[in-house]
Amino acid sequence: MTPRPADARLSTSIDAQRPLDRRAFDLLCLGVAAVLALHLPRLPPRLGLVLAAVLAVRWAQRRWRGGRVSLLLKLPLVAALPLAILAAYGSPFGRAPGAALAVGMLVLKLLESERARDAASAVAFGSFVAMSALLFGQSLPMTVLVALALLPLLAALQALQPAAAVPPFARAFARPALLLALSLPLALVAFLFVPRLSSPLWGAPGAEQARTGISPRMAPGDFVDLLTDDRPALRVAFDGAPPPPGQRYFRGLVMWHFDGRAWAATSTAPSSQPEALHPQAPLYSYEVTLEPTGRHWLFALDTPLAAPADALMSAARELARSRPIDAVLHYRVTSAPRRALAPALDDAERRRGLQLPPGFDPRARALAATWRQRHGDDARAIAGAALSLFHDGGFSYNLAAPPLGRDSVDDFLFGTREGFCEHYASAFVFLMRAAGIPARVVAGYQGGYWNALGGYLLVRQSDAHAWAEVWLPGQGWTRYDPTAAVRPERVTLGAAAAAAGQGAWYQADWLQAARNRWDIVNRLWDRAVIGFDSLRQRGLLTPFGVERADWGALAAALAAMSALVLALSLLLVLARRERRDPLAAAQARLERRLARAGVARRPSEGPLHYFRRATRALPQHRDELHALGDAYLALRYACAAPAPEPLRNYLIQVRRFRPRRMVQ
Amino acid sequence: MAATALRSLLSQAYARAERRLPALTRLKAPEPLPIALHRRRIYIVPTRFGLGFGAILATMLLGALNYTNNAALLLTCLLAAAAFNSMLLAFRALDGLSLRTVRPGHAFAGEALPVDLGFAAGGRARAGLRIDAAGAAPCFAIEANAETDVRIELPTDTRGPLPLPRLRVSTTWPFGLFRAWSWLSPDTRALVYPRPEAHGPAAPGADSDGERVQGGAAGDALAGLREYRAGDPLKLVAWKASARHAGLLVKEFERPRDRDERRLDWHAIRGLSHEARIARLTRWVIEAHAANARWTLVLPAETLGPDAGVGHYHRCLAALALLP
Repeated sequence: MTPRPADARLSTSIDAQRPLDRRAFDLLCLGVAAVLALHLPRLPPRLGLVLAAVLAVRWAQRRWRGGRVSLLLKLPLVAALPLAILAAYGSPFGRAPGAALAVGMLVLKLLESERARDAASAVAFGSFVAMSALLFGQSLPMTVLVALALLPLLAALQALQPAAAVPPFARAFARPALLLALSLPLALVAFLFVPRLSSPLWGAPGAEQARTGISPRMAPGDFVDLLTDDRPALRVAFDGAPPPPGQRYFRGLVMWHFDGRAWAATSTAPSSQPEALHPQAPLYSYEVTLEPTGRHWLFALDTPLAAPADALMSAARELARSRPIDAVLHYRVTSAPRRALAPALDDAERRRGLQLPPGFDPRARALAATWRQRHGDDARAIAGAALSLFHDGGFSYNLAAPPLGRDSVDDFLFGTREGFCEHYASAFVFLMRAAGIPARVVAGYQGGYWNALGGYLLVRQSDAHAWAEVWLPGQGWTRYDPTAAVRPERVTLGAAAAAAGQGAWYQADWLQAARNRWDIVNRLWDRAVIGFDSLRQRGLLTPFGVERADWGALAAALAAMSALVLALSLLLVLARRERRDPLAAAQARLERRLARAGVARRPSEGPLHYFRRATRALPQHRDELHALGDAYLALRYACAAPAPEPLRNYLIQVRRFRPRRMVQ
Repeated sequence: MAATALRSLLSQAYARAERRLPALTRLKAPEPLPIALHRRRIYIVPTRFGLGFGAILATMLLGALNYTNNAALLLTCLLAAAAFNSMLLAFRALDGLSLRTVRPGHAFAGEALPVDLGFAAGGRARAGLRIDAAGAAPCFAIEANAETDVRIELPTDTRGPLPLPRLRVSTTWPFGLFRAWSWLSPDTRALVYPRPEAHGPAAPGADSDGERVQGGAAGDALAGLREYRAGDPLKLVAWKASARHAGLLVKEFERPRDRDERRLDWHAIRGLSHEARIARLTRWVIEAHAANARWTLVLPAETLGPDAGVGHYHRCLAALALLP
């Protein structure tokens, strides 16, 4: 008579084969559309358009016409997808083509979703594809968007369940949203304690990510993309007051080599002997949070005293790590803006500082020669002449600088006279070298927005800057910023002020200001979530006496904390919040007391008989028991709901009733 | 001495097990209504889809860890936690549900027996519930503090009392990742009526010629004329009408119903096996009831009637079903 297991299997398959109802399909389409939208900015435009069209047509087709999609239509689409991706990316391997393929497959999966089972697998795959969008950027808004995309997917999953009535569309999201919200504690515990991998299992993460930031080669016009890029580059939290705006130069790379067109950093090989540094007060200690760059070098306030942990210092006091920076990086540095750098210059460095490609820019060389004649060995005077040329020579700061010809420095100095930091730094160093004074280009960031609320300096990519260092006898390498000679606001007020009126509409001042303030949330996100690496995880258990927790300790902590959260949620779930009838509760209490006194109620016994027997058994309580019995019977059976006043009296009576055991 | 102590210890342990682990003992035995589901009798396992979803979550976790993508890791943890908590929701969908009433219908052996199960929701609304019985899986949902009837159909084979099979009430609410279920074995029995025979002679006194002759003689109202069929008594031939017609016509009479008195006698049937007799009597009872007649059912041990109507009909069928 008991149902065989076969029955159970049968019913499961019935469930899975159930045709997809309209609500579930709508939600599924919405979920897939959300996932597609997450990936849309990175998909090739035409592919994205086609996928969106396929999605829309399929939704409309099933809604108004119904019926399956013909195999003749499905097969060519399935075959065309890999071809389209191959055509767009050139290779089927890698993160971007892989994600595009996954999105395409998800959309095509809708074409054959007719049954509950298809929809369920589409949801599972859809959540995977939604997650993969985070591989391309894990900012807070992106994470929130992905979480929101999970909602329609979960709602679709719920709509697959048999239900009596289809709720209103908006209500379909209520339960998944609530469930996600209630799952946050458990999710956070898991997030904190899931042991991180110390090295990746496969692939070099981020190897192909589009790189932003300063590159080791600087040709005229290269910085334009950077200067219009509002993404954060680094955030700096100073231990004390921040340095004044004019001293916020963050050194990245020193570029020695000029090939006539572009400046290049020679390898930033670590040196056992960095240039000598004589720092003067004030010193600044700070923590830098560097966004991933995919490059090796770090940025520090000019000039760092020592390399942070895990990093090395080159001869020109550039900082670099052995591995590219693929994740948000935190490091601490101390710098001295006022210093003497390399007061003594050896011959090799002097030669590098004077290198110029032969056969380029004759007019600039001639100009430098005249300065040399006029000022002789006085490097300061020659540099001053160059700065006054920029200041008074009709030069202007312009992000949309015209292109330069073969003799780029000549073209700039005597032709266009328009440009931005890299033009000026490049021309300035060229002139210095041509005049026989060692000079070099330094690339990095300058300026930044002081976020008073968060107490940190936000440096964006658009704060990228190039300046010059000129070697002065007795003083060493000295910073000269020729851009400041043209446009002092660049240094005192920042890149945005310098480029005022040249930015796009979305770089309007008030918008920038709002974004700068909003950045504090991004910073918190970066510090708390993105930057939570294995190192910080290991420090998690330090307050509990576990120094540098290993894998096992973390797993144990994960298990313990999860168990705690689970116990709490189980308590919530198991708690029966049925309101007990106060009369029944009082009666149960009375019966317990009577049972202790030796008169337990028999299962077959009604209240009337029970009270009678109790009265006989405990004659010393006869009056009380009479009263109690009458009151109970009246309250319970005389009317549908006991009246409040007699009920309260009865409860008090019961509380006061202390039967004594009969002494036999 | 030691043996009795051990035995009492064992029986205590058994009683304790009975109380604490009803799954092992009590749930196989029928239990009285109402049956309320609680945590000790609700089981949960992941469904196949749940396992697949778990595999996808594991892939996401590995990917997020490999690419040190903390945002993806956080969301993966969130999704996993939600999936896990959906298990608690599945539990809650069953916890507190109670089976209040079981009302079996009537069926002849070989037909499907409808059974109405009355469920009460308790304090919260429940959706996505399912009863698995005999291959069919009716789904239902209940509002909070409401009751609902779910009809299941049980296959029947032989006449007699049919104990309700163990029923499985299950749910995969809300996401289909986990299946929570509980066994219900109410101690209700249904009664399966005997299978009526397909063909056979009519009951004595039902529509036979003799009765019609008698009825005709008793001055029943003339119902109409029909073509003569071989074997019709000459007494009923309408001669005058036949004279104006090509063939012979026979008078038919309308009998008043209350005059139709049948005696369905066990002992009057000879030459049949025990079950065949029951089958014939069953058919007779069905026919008599359909003809709106009065009948008396004479069984070896008892005599029912004479009576008519639905109550009598079911009493007779029940008596037939319960024959040894």
